Amino acid sequence: MIIQFICRAILLGVPLLYGSVGEIVTEKSGHLNLGIPGIMYVGAISGIIGSFFYEQACGNDIAKMNAFLAVLIPFLCAIVGSVIIGLIYSFLTVTLRANQNVTGLALTTFGIGLGNFFGGSLTKIGGGSETFIALTRTSGFFSAKIPFADKLGWFGDIFLSHDFLTYLAIIIAVIVSLVLNRTRVGLNLRAVGESPATADAAGINVTRYKYFATCIGSAIAGLGGLQYVMAYANGVWTNNAFGDRGWMAIALVIFALWKPSVAIVGSFLFGALCNANNYIQGLGTATQELFKMLPYVVTIIVLVVISMRKRREFQPPAHLGLPYFREER
Amino acid sequence: MTEKTVIKQRREPLFHIVKRDDMVWWKVWGVRAIAIVASILVMVFISSLLTGKGMGKTVEIMYRGVFGRIEKGSFKMLFKYLEETAILLCLALALTPAFKMKFWNCGAEGQALMGGLGAMVCMIELEGKLPTAVLIPVIAVVSILCGAIWGVIPAIFKALFDTNETLFTLMMNYIATQIIAYYVYIKGGGSNVIQPVEAGIAPSTGNSRYYINISIVIAITFIAYIYLKYSKHGYEISVVGESRNTARYIGINVKKVIIRTMLISGAVCGIAGMILVAGKDHSIRTATVGGQGFTAIMMAWLGQCNPFITAFMTAIIVFLNLGAAKVADSCYLNSAFADIFVGVVILCVVGCEFFIRYSFKFRGSRKGDK
Amino acid sequence: MTKQPAIELKNITKRFGAQVIANNNVSLTAYHGEILSILGENGSGKTTLMNMISGIYFPDEGQIFINGQEAVIASPKDAFKFKIGMIHQHFKLVDVFSAAENVILGIDEGKYNLKKSAEEIKKISEQYGFDLDPEKKVYSMAVSEKQTVEIIKVLYRGADILILDEPTAVLTPQETAKLFDVLRKMRDDGKCIIIITHKLHEVLSLSDRVSVLRKGEYVGTVNTNETNESELTEMMVGKKVSLNIDRAEPKDPQDRLVISGVDCISRDGVALLDSVSFTARSGEILGIAGIAGSGQRELLEAIAGLQHINSGEILYNDPKSGKTENLRDKTPVQIRELGVRLSFVPEDRLGMGLVGNMDIVDNMMLRSYSKGHSMFLERKSPKDLAMKIISDLEVATPGASTPVRRLSGGNVQKVLVGREISASPTVLMVAYPVRGLDINSSYMIYNLLNEQKEKGVAIIFVGEDLDVLLELCDRIMVIGSGKVTGIVDARSVTKEEIGLLMTKSGEEEKQND
Repeated sequence: MIIQFICRAILLGVPLLYGSVGEIVTEKSGHLNLGIPGIMYVGAISGIIGSFFYEQACGNDIAKMNAFLAVLIPFLCAIVGSVIIGLIYSFLTVTLRANQNVTGLALTTFGIGLGNFFGGSLTKIGGGSETFIALTRTSGFFSAKIPFADKLGWFGDIFLSHDFLTYLAIIIAVIVSLVLNRTRVGLNLRAVGESPATADAAGINVTRYKYFATCIGSAIAGLGGLQYVMAYANGVWTNNAFGDRGWMAIALVIFALWKPSVAIVGSFLFGALCNANNYIQGLGTATQELFKMLPYVVTIIVLVVISMRKRREFQPPAHLGLPYFREER
Repeated sequence: MTEKTVIKQRREPLFHIVKRDDMVWWKVWGVRAIAIVASILVMVFISSLLTGKGMGKTVEIMYRGVFGRIEKGSFKMLFKYLEETAILLCLALALTPAFKMKFWNCGAEGQALMGGLGAMVCMIELEGKLPTAVLIPVIAVVSILCGAIWGVIPAIFKALFDTNETLFTLMMNYIATQIIAYYVYIKGGGSNVIQPVEAGIAPSTGNSRYYINISIVIAITFIAYIYLKYSKHGYEISVVGESRNTARYIGINVKKVIIRTMLISGAVCGIAGMILVAGKDHSIRTATVGGQGFTAIMMAWLGQCNPFITAFMTAIIVFLNLGAAKVADSCYLNSAFADIFVGVVILCVVGCEFFIRYSFKFRGSRKGDK
Repeated sequence: MTKQPAIELKNITKRFGAQVIANNNVSLTAYHGEILSILGENGSGKTTLMNMISGIYFPDEGQIFINGQEAVIASPKDAFKFKIGMIHQHFKLVDVFSAAENVILGIDEGKYNLKKSAEEIKKISEQYGFDLDPEKKVYSMAVSEKQTVEIIKVLYRGADILILDEPTAVLTPQETAKLFDVLRKMRDDGKCIIIITHKLHEVLSLSDRVSVLRKGEYVGTVNTNETNESELTEMMVGKKVSLNIDRAEPKDPQDRLVISGVDCISRDGVALLDSVSFTARSGEILGIAGIAGSGQRELLEAIAGLQHINSGEILYNDPKSGKTENLRDKTPVQIRELGVRLSFVPEDRLGMGLVGNMDIVDNMMLRSYSKGHSMFLERKSPKDLAMKIISDLEVATPGASTPVRRLSGGNVQKVLVGREISASPTVLMVAYPVRGLDINSSYMIYNLLNEQKEKGVAIIFVGEDLDVLLELCDRIMVIGSGKVTGIVDARSVTKEEIGLLMTKSGEEEKQND
């Protein structure tokens, strides 16, 4: 049962990991993107749309589907969809210097609307007769597991039994961590988020870094939506099923102190906290609901402690949420 | 500002963004009006493509869908619309003082839920035990207190440790949601609904609930306007929001102002929760506020800290929201289309602020500058 | 040995807007292997000139030659290409980065290898005798260390021409001596060092030649070993200009404000005020002269209850009750409650004294809004006051409901001074009240101050233009590096004497003690 609990925690944690790593990349450039929850919806629905049409093109026949294409098409669609939203966000907040909070929240409304609208209307638009979307065939390709994993007992279950997007999430988190801390690009990006005027004076193209960080961050976050709908929900779209995971991803950013490597552990911990109620003996359903607030309570405690301790390494990027206009130097 | 633009004569880009002097107020509103109207037209056009009906027809569906047949003496739809507007407006007005102080209260959702919870507890526990004339004030006081407490917690940490209020208030929303979920499960006898109770600040049937709910918010609108514009508190809020340094210079206690303002902000959110629970639904669930706490943030921002402008903007957005949902319904598309519609309109208004604050200077157009 | 010119400026002119000429037809040359000082008062155009060499501004007219070749320097990046590095007065560093990370920020050539960079940084440090840990984070550094990072940043990029803008303003005497040793080593290495300063003894002890600027004009260049303090002071401040400001004899002066032994230490441990003692008398204007940033702001804020002081007393003698109150560490509200009528026109008019986005009426209320027990604001009397100030002081505004941000500098100042005077103060402190104002507005401010003086107000006037201080004030207190270097009678003192007192620093004081 412990193994099952751990696997479940990982499965629940992966979308959070994608979301928070995406948000970390964005926040490192000084932009608090509250549109991440919406972007994750868009990532999910874009993947759904891509695979929906691919399944239709194959006549809904699994034999005609190419495993590689079945994965690649939704994957690319999710990335393209979320990058488009990221572009809108960066155009508004970087170029037009609009208020980041309002823009982000509006994009969340917009993105969740897009997800639910297409989720609820796709079959009708595609001319089908079903009332809901169930892409179990595509989902099957996404959740393909390493063949020999189940022969390795608990080790296999915990480390090798997951879908490929889970491993990708960890790989992306590690890469982002390396890029941020070990490369020139990472150094420059962090400088942009800390002090754009200094970065500008050092000859760094602040606008370009902000655009790239926001769009790459959005793409990563969008994959979180895709993982949720393809691997967790077995390709079945239900409106609002993704729920508040986007906000929890933003909470995780604080919990992880803006470090992707911590976010890996943090996401599984959050997944476990969301899930612990089902595994603790004698916990009533009502208490389970109280249990679910734990990730947020923990995040608030972290937030308060870092603001009290004032340890500079643990603070948010100094210019987070503020627009940069060179002539105001 | 202009001198720096002259620097790079030899590599001057095609155009250059400069901060504008103040625009005349009618030009400012002209730009905003253009953004709103243009974005609505675009979205109506897209809707008519989706539904296959003409643009005129689409607008008609929206109008009918929101207002119903007023000319035939049926005001039910109109009341429903006004009630929706009132609730969203109440939340937006709650956020306005905080925003004026440059405090990003993103916790209206949670503060309203807690206010609603306060009302619900009173309604369930005290129903039949107290006469209505006593119960209503008790409900009001408890929900205001609950909302205020939920609002002041982040404010205390902001005042003492400068804890980031945007993230703190966001997190508080979900804690509130889970508390509601817990309560609903206990009182709902294992289901996720609580059967509506009769007690409340308005009867659950008939039109009188609309009068009560709407007039509470109309009163709050006027009070908010007076508070912000004519009271000493409102003045202190503006000074703290504009310049902490000036506040220090004239000896305003900034911490006290932050805490007091968030008490008020949370309290008004609590009232919104009370209207939702004790006035409208007579029950509570986790989705009672339904994301309006977030929409309210955008409304408060669109309203530029003026309660009457906020009311006007809220009326437009609620109309578009309800109307777009009807358009989607009319041809069996998902009603989440309304969120897309509203999202696009808000993004356009947010974007148009750029043209109010900045202007483009094109190469060679600089000769006339001083 | 003939020296090669490193940088030559020919007829450089830079205007800001139509009115302000920051540099007018300036020509000067700096050679490899020398230290050139650029000397001038505040606002003489030193920094603007250097910003044109480092690519921040672009000259309107004139040419720049680097190593004999004409150069176009359009951005800081271009300046790097010409091996020019500037160390600004306000450091441009990322606080949470280590020294090494800051040094390599923005360089895109070569492999990213912090260890190797750290070694190179160590090598540069050793070469010039710096003491810097490349791993140390900037936020935990003292000011002098931050400056070291800035200098190494420039050297790391291979700069041959180093420009330092007021490098000693934030340093202790020991740190200054160390910095000078380093700069001398660099000079002996063949680098060209340009240092902007207004401290005469530094100029004399460090540089090979001195170029003097005054009000944007180039005055001349002299060899350091052929000149002395009084010649340089005269070049810097120029001849006295008569302004014809009225000055009445003080009537019945009484000690109103007695400051004794005030110390104020910044968070970095630098002494902002160092045992400052003086007395402000009623019916008298006490001028405060000094290089900007010598502690004037901290002094006024300490009196107004806005700045914590580490020791000393601020005693106020109440003219009515005859009681003496200690204002030290009282808040502005507490000071007001004691019945002390203290008015303060701060240097930062729109960021502190007024709220730019509020209209004139609402700005009138800033001081008085909390009066009375009503919950609501009383706008009638502030409105009357606003109308009175607008008509009495001839404020050019469309109306009393115009945001003050939209007014011109002179009118903003009239609104602020008008409000502060309307409280009928017993002590009036004004900081740089005529900065940026045209002649007419300036004279109106002088007249207002004189009126207050005749009413028996004790006025403290912080100014920068020595001619004004000499004609307006009764006594002048000069401060340098947070210390009082002299209190003189404004009627008999000469401009040169004040100039010398201004450029005296703490170090000399210690030697004289």
